[in-house]
Amino acid sequence: MTEKQTTTSAAFWATLKRDLLIAFKKKNDIVNPFMFFIIVVSLFPIGISPESDRLTEIAAGVIWISVLLASMLSMDNLYRSDFEDGSLEQLLLSPHPLFFLVLAKNISHWLVSGLPVVLVAPLLAYMLALPEEAYGTLILSLLLGTPIMSLLGSIAVALTVGLGSRGLILAVITLPMSVPILIFGTLAVQSTLNSQSPAGYLSLMLVMLSVSVSLAPLASAAALKISVN
Amino acid sequence: MSSAAPTIASNSDTDKPMLAVRALFCERDDRVLFKNLDFDLAPGQVLQVQGSNGSGKTTLMRILCGLNDGYEGSIKWYGQEIEEQAASFFSSLLYIGHRVGVSKVLTPVENLRWSCSLKQAVSDEQIMAALKEVGLRGFEESPCYTLSAGQQQRVSLARLLISPASLWVLDEPFTTLDKKGVAQLEGILQRQAQAGGSVMVTTHHNLDIPELSVLSLG
Repeated sequence: MTEKQTTTSAAFWATLKRDLLIAFKKKNDIVNPFMFFIIVVSLFPIGISPESDRLTEIAAGVIWISVLLASMLSMDNLYRSDFEDGSLEQLLLSPHPLFFLVLAKNISHWLVSGLPVVLVAPLLAYMLALPEEAYGTLILSLLLGTPIMSLLGSIAVALTVGLGSRGLILAVITLPMSVPILIFGTLAVQSTLNSQSPAGYLSLMLVMLSVSVSLAPLASAAALKISVN
Repeated sequence: MSSAAPTIASNSDTDKPMLAVRALFCERDDRVLFKNLDFDLAPGQVLQVQGSNGSGKTTLMRILCGLNDGYEGSIKWYGQEIEEQAASFFSSLLYIGHRVGVSKVLTPVENLRWSCSLKQAVSDEQIMAALKEVGLRGFEESPCYTLSAGQQQRVSLARLLISPASLWVLDEPFTTLDKKGVAQLEGILQRQAQAGGSVMVTTHHNLDIPELSVLSLG
């Protein structure tokens, strides 16, 4: 391994560690989207019906939509403060490939915003009376889907980070891109409920994840360069 | 102090100027900031960029760093366009802008650990020595939001003591510093020049550095 490669991985780990450190120091940024997710999901039994038959039908959709909305809340933290304090410029001026540095930031974002949602999902699924046999599929689909959201959302945040007032533009860019994940995620759970194999949908999500991991950081990096220009 | 003294990575291709800028033209919002701007930067030179507010000093600095590509003309680093050798150019470059790149929630040590490791491997001893030299002893583990603007500026200036970069591009590094800090930074810039590195700096201060030359914009 050449010297440059070792330092690229060092820069990757340093960026990952730094972002996790910032996240744990600004706990609100982690806790708020997470609480929002739990609150939105728990409103459905109250607002629609506490009957388990009706809840079972909508459970997967409710959880997936809430995940999407909660991810909107956490997305903005990804580059905003770095843009404001100048750290983003330092990141762009690194001799290492931006792909890996952006990937490190995306992974850190997923670890603090996506992973907690996946972990708490069984609890909320229980509340929405989702049959036990679908838990595995739900968790698996969330494990595949939430990183895609972080990666795609990163592109939208990178594009909009330089704008003064963004309002809803982030949601307008990100939500349409996330629709396929929503569809496949809920269909995977539904097909388990109908005693069919969810493998087809899950493998499609796996493909989407692989494509996102390999391409989205490139797009984010290009968007960041435009934003600081 | 000696532990924080950087060694300058030298380039064998010395017949070409370190940085050669030719026919640089930049326009912003239909206003020409500068045109036909030519200058060279040699090793051991400190170039002060002067100009009134809005004359394009910051824009020029950002163009030279590759952060802004809204220009025409050529910028060569040892005879080769900077876009063609971005990685090697970036590893020789240290840029500190208006926004100094110090995260307020992190401590000075945590900030430097990250910002330095983007360029090269750095040890905690080096970071501690640099922080001590810029007068932040005792503040190593305080979150940066508890520090004053001048102290935050000093955190970013500590990078100068650690970095082996041969080109420093500093945008208004003196603004929030006190008199002692200004004198110290002048000393650091001079040391960089004497070690064969070069510096581009925007400031309205009258710098007391023998290696100084001045570039005036509009």
